[in-house]
Amino acid sequence: MQLSGWGNYPAVQADVLAPASAAELQSLLAHNAYGNWICRGGGRSYGDSALNGRVVSSRYLDHFLDIDEDAATVRCGSGVSLGQVLEVVIPRGLFPPVLPGTKHVSIGGAIAADIHGKNHHVEGSFCDHLESFSLLLADGSILRCSAAENAGLFHATCGGMGLTGIILDATLHLNKVSSVSINNRSFSAKNLQHCLELLDEHNAATYVVAWLDCLKQGEDLGRGIVYVGDHGDDDNLQLVKRRGLSVPFHTPGFFLNRFTMSQFNNLYASWNKGRGDTTLQNYEQFFFPLDSIGNWNRLYGRKGFLQYQVLVPTEAKDILSRIIRRVAESGQGSFLSVLKKFGKANNNPLSFPSAGYTLTLDFRWRESLFPLLDELDALVLGCGGRHYLAKDARLSESGFKTGYPRWQEFMQVKAEVDPHNRFASLQSQRLGLTPVSTSHSSHKKAGPDK
Amino acid sequence: MNVLIIGAGSAIAVATARLYAARGCSLFLVARNTQRLEELAKDLEVRGAAKVGQHTLDVLEHDKHAEAVSTAREFLSSVDIALICHGSLPDQAITETDFAAARRELDVNGLSVISLITLLSALMKEQGAGTLAVVTSVAGDRGRQPNFVYGAAKSMVSTYLQGLRGRLLPHGVHVIDIRPGLVDSPMTARFEKGVLWSTPELVAGNIVKAIDRKRHTVYTPGYWRIIMAIVRSIPDVVFKRLKF
Ligand SMILES: Cc1cc2nc3c(=O)[nH]c(=O)nc-3n(C[C@H](O)[C@H](O)[C@H](O)COP(=O)(O)OP(=O)(O)OC[C@H]3O[C@@H](n4cnc5c(N)ncnc54)[C@H](O)[C@@H]3O)c2cc1C
Ligand SMILES: NC(=O)c1ccc[n+]([C@@H]2O[C@H](COP(=O)([O-])OP(=O)(O)OC[C@H]3O[C@@H](n4cnc5c(N)ncnc54)[C@H](OP(=O)(O)O)[C@@H]3O)[C@@H](O)[C@H]2O)c1
Repeated sequence: MQLSGWGNYPAVQADVLAPASAAELQSLLAHNAYGNWICRGGGRSYGDSALNGRVVSSRYLDHFLDIDEDAATVRCGSGVSLGQVLEVVIPRGLFPPVLPGTKHVSIGGAIAADIHGKNHHVEGSFCDHLESFSLLLADGSILRCSAAENAGLFHATCGGMGLTGIILDATLHLNKVSSVSINNRSFSAKNLQHCLELLDEHNAATYVVAWLDCLKQGEDLGRGIVYVGDHGDDDNLQLVKRRGLSVPFHTPGFFLNRFTMSQFNNLYASWNKGRGDTTLQNYEQFFFPLDSIGNWNRLYGRKGFLQYQVLVPTEAKDILSRIIRRVAESGQGSFLSVLKKFGKANNNPLSFPSAGYTLTLDFRWRESLFPLLDELDALVLGCGGRHYLAKDARLSESGFKTGYPRWQEFMQVKAEVDPHNRFASLQSQRLGLTPVSTSHSSHKKAGPDK
Repeated sequence: MNVLIIGAGSAIAVATARLYAARGCSLFLVARNTQRLEELAKDLEVRGAAKVGQHTLDVLEHDKHAEAVSTAREFLSSVDIALICHGSLPDQAITETDFAAARRELDVNGLSVISLITLLSALMKEQGAGTLAVVTSVAGDRGRQPNFVYGAAKSMVSTYLQGLRGRLLPHGVHVIDIRPGLVDSPMTARFEKGVLWSTPELVAGNIVKAIDRKRHTVYTPGYWRIIMAIVRSIPDVVFKRLKF
């Protein structure tokens, strides 16, 4: 079938198998002794990290195995989504320490990308709260891994983009909370400098994120809204059931900018009127605003889009304005971008977060985009930054290796547990993490290879 | 609310059971694979089920049906909802030439279901209440070349339910015939999926809604009612030439 990541670029022909249990998955690997696979969870990575000619889905590894309210831990299959975790833990006064911008991410995908939330400066990333997981290796064996047991493999798998094996189930630590309402304060930032100041000023808050208007140039460059959230004190442990709209088919790409632009302008206007200053929001509104429109990625049209998320180290923050300016000049960027400030890095060789700022930009696919992104790469890599692999669809091998200087450490672990590269994705082949495979045909649609 | 699910390991049944678990219902699961039953029972407890019981049954063993139903009754004390969900989609070509294979498929999808319905009708009649929901298929609406053995079994059950519904009416027992269209589940893993396909989760939502609202014949997703009305209206002279 035709398969792609959330950005709908690239798309390839893939055989997708969905084993009904861990045991079936194990025998599937045993009986297909050649060629390579990549595991796929919620399919919410944007580019080609969960793409290959042969894909194995974790959709039926979706059982909860245990919950311990006193210890505040939950153990579940890797195919369970964060949305399902929320349904189970919220009524018990528990809450995941790290949440991304969509609840449709699977636990396996959250580990493989070591995802971060709006609170990285407080909680670190997803795998910092992982007690352990079990990993199905290329040789068919299953290993339990934690920071204490098989530690090298544990750290390589956290952020390892599915290349060390298939995560079957995991035990996560949760936070005890008295409310899942979020007290959301918003501040308007008149330009980028102001925005960075606000991010620093609110560093003690739990959740901090900024939305930037990427079309403004000159003095207004980086105009935006900074959102600052903390859990409310209203003892609300209610689940939110939301039935949103869905985009039924691909719309011509120009719809999107109109859509987000009007959303943002409304927000900005309401802020300026003094409304929207502080609101008590439910967790869905605060964490997953985009989930209210199902399949919103189709708004970018059939050719899809790329999300470009990079890290710029704290000391190089000037590069942020150069990136935004370059994008505004090019007229190619989508209207909104997201800026967060990260805390310190953890010990996983391929984890993305590290002290600095992370900027996220969306670009509708077009041929002229690629040279622009190459230019931005030079800025990012030149200042010691890096790219988020979960969003990437086109970074070069050297760009990856420059941004992730510990890549060889990862390769050592990979060579030990998967010497024949049974686990490989289109991304891992492009980035030089696995050899380029010729055993399957994958037809890219939409445009040239980078 | 106490819910009995037969064929509990099916993707559609699992998704349905999870919705009832989230409501805090008590559940009793019957399926063929003991290990999967245990996994699922734990999963449903974590998701909020009040209690979960389980029983292993191969539905082809008709003489064990009574035991399964009475164990369920003992565990749940009253069976408010019974959902029958097991089924198998055979290789049509084999069933056309090998009658033993055809008979087995007619049994899994038809006779075994009627055997279980017979027991559950008696139980619910005695209770003077209950909802009996049976998953059949749009394939039962008209025999089509690629799956008419399966379709014949499903339409046998649908026809049976049409009559039974009236019989049980005076006893306060409600009967629902659930006819899913194309659903992306292990049963259909070998097919290419297109726009008409839906998910077990979506179908499960419709099943629960249909049971809540005491509907009669349910097509899920709803657009299959229209599709099948069209399929049924095609004259035989044309239909016999259609290969779909
Ligand atoms: C709207 C939106 C908002 C987002 N916001 C954020 C955010 O705020 N922060 C953030 O960090 N990310 C964010 N993301 C990205 C997302 O969290 C990551 O891409 C995540 O990896 C997606 O998980 P998935 O289950 O969809 O995985 P997939 O996209 O299916 O796979 C991603 C990677 O995980 C691997 N993988 C998946 N399951 C397993 C498994 N069981 N075992 C081994 N490897 C596995 C795959 O091989 C692949 O390399 C966002 C994405 C979207 C669409
Ligand atoms: N998928 C569709 O497109 C579709 C369309 C219309 C109707 N339906 C109907 O929906 C129901 C559920 O199917 P599904 O899509 O959820 O597929 P599924 O996951 O493959 O479920 C089928 C279930 O039936 C069980 N089963 C088969 N033979 C059995 C036997 N002899 N004894 C006990 N259990 C047996 C299987 O058990 P094991 O797991 O042990 O094999 C499996 O759990 C079926 O009645 C099917 O006919 C499905």
